[in-house]
Amino acid sequence: MSYSFIQGKRDNPKKSVVPFRRHEPGTQPDYLYPAYRATRLRAPSQPLIFLPHTLSEVTGPVFGHSDIHPNDRDLTLQHTGEPLGERIIVRGRVVDGDGHAVSNTLIEIWQANAAGRYAHAKDDHPAPLDPNFTGTGRTLTDDDGFYSFVTIKPGAYPWRNHDNAWRPAHIHFSLFGPAFVTRLITQMYFPGDPLFAYDPILKSIPDERARQRLVSQLDMETTKPEWALGYRFDIVLRGREETPFEMQGR
Amino acid sequence: MMDLTPTPSQTVGPYLHLGLTDLRSIPRLAGDDAQGERVWLTFRVLDGEGAPVPDAMIELWQADSEGNYANQDSTDGESFRGFGRLATAENGSCTFETIRPGCVAGPGGTVQAPHVNVSILGRGILKRLSTRLYFAGDRANDADQILALVPENRRPTLLARQDAARTSNWVFDVRLRGECETVFFDV
Repeated sequence: MSYSFIQGKRDNPKKSVVPFRRHEPGTQPDYLYPAYRATRLRAPSQPLIFLPHTLSEVTGPVFGHSDIHPNDRDLTLQHTGEPLGERIIVRGRVVDGDGHAVSNTLIEIWQANAAGRYAHAKDDHPAPLDPNFTGTGRTLTDDDGFYSFVTIKPGAYPWRNHDNAWRPAHIHFSLFGPAFVTRLITQMYFPGDPLFAYDPILKSIPDERARQRLVSQLDMETTKPEWALGYRFDIVLRGREETPFEMQGR
Repeated sequence: MMDLTPTPSQTVGPYLHLGLTDLRSIPRLAGDDAQGERVWLTFRVLDGEGAPVPDAMIELWQADSEGNYANQDSTDGESFRGFGRLATAENGSCTFETIRPGCVAGPGGTVQAPHVNVSILGRGILKRLSTRLYFAGDRANDADQILALVPENRRPTLLARQDAARTSNWVFDVRLRGECETVFFDV
């Protein structure tokens, strides 16, 4: 499988670089969150060095429709039979920090099956694999920034972070956006999951309001009668600073 | 009114391969027709105890041999993509094939030394780590304004080493924490 690339807009990059806005304190996780044990050996100990945005940060890869197959956005159609579990529709809109649609951007997802097991060689949770479910999908947002997936509601599963540790049900999301610095990888959760209070990965985000932004909402508009419940999950990528700073040509 | 604070990041987790690399690896950033000096970049990711990280993912973004990014005004078109993505193997390593980038326009009319923008993602990494690979011995490094932001004693962590036996091969260690920790940037 290979990606083909389409050529994006030519906005005279050598003349001006419009930087992207920085995150508000507390709205993103820190690198070191000791309750999430794996961060203890993988989080940097030195402070990060502030990098003013250059052409290298404000450009990024562009993916096209040729990268997507029709069944990529319906995870229930990828095998000969139907997967087991609760069929759901996940739909949402991707916008930037100014509320503008982020159109034609690649979204990739992956998840456990209804029993809480990933179709991955290293997942040894003793729950059944589903021969009709791989749990991987992708799509491009439309011109208004909307996307949707049809899938199966993933199950919760145990992990070895601490005694009796269980991850709340979640779907992994990967997005590119327009620049190298808008790259986002996150997880979507389901409303009202009682495991939130015990999950150090979700709790690594200091700001409670920011944390809630990862929780999808039951959406009766997306729900299809007699067929599948719908969940709404909107995503906000970083927006640009208002004032461009001028760069001279080379 | 929707809250427009950017969505928080979460770890890519241990099963990233399922969604991102099993079928979606991009080990080559430049096709056969791309102009420039062909090089192979090997990354080795090590944790705070110096142990290889076997479940990380590296993404690269770089300019072509003339210093243009692929979706801007690269003359190489389809043959040069400038984007790569690989998971690390059990030994913490992965190797990309590309061409050596040219100098890229920098702030205030300066030029940036040839560099590759690097993302590191993985289990235990709650948000993307960002660094840059520069080529050791490149004369343009001395005038690079981003390298100049880095304390001199830590700059070597951003320099890929050329393999003495195979000079088209370059090696870049990503030390996540502790001794000789790689410089990561707040982007």
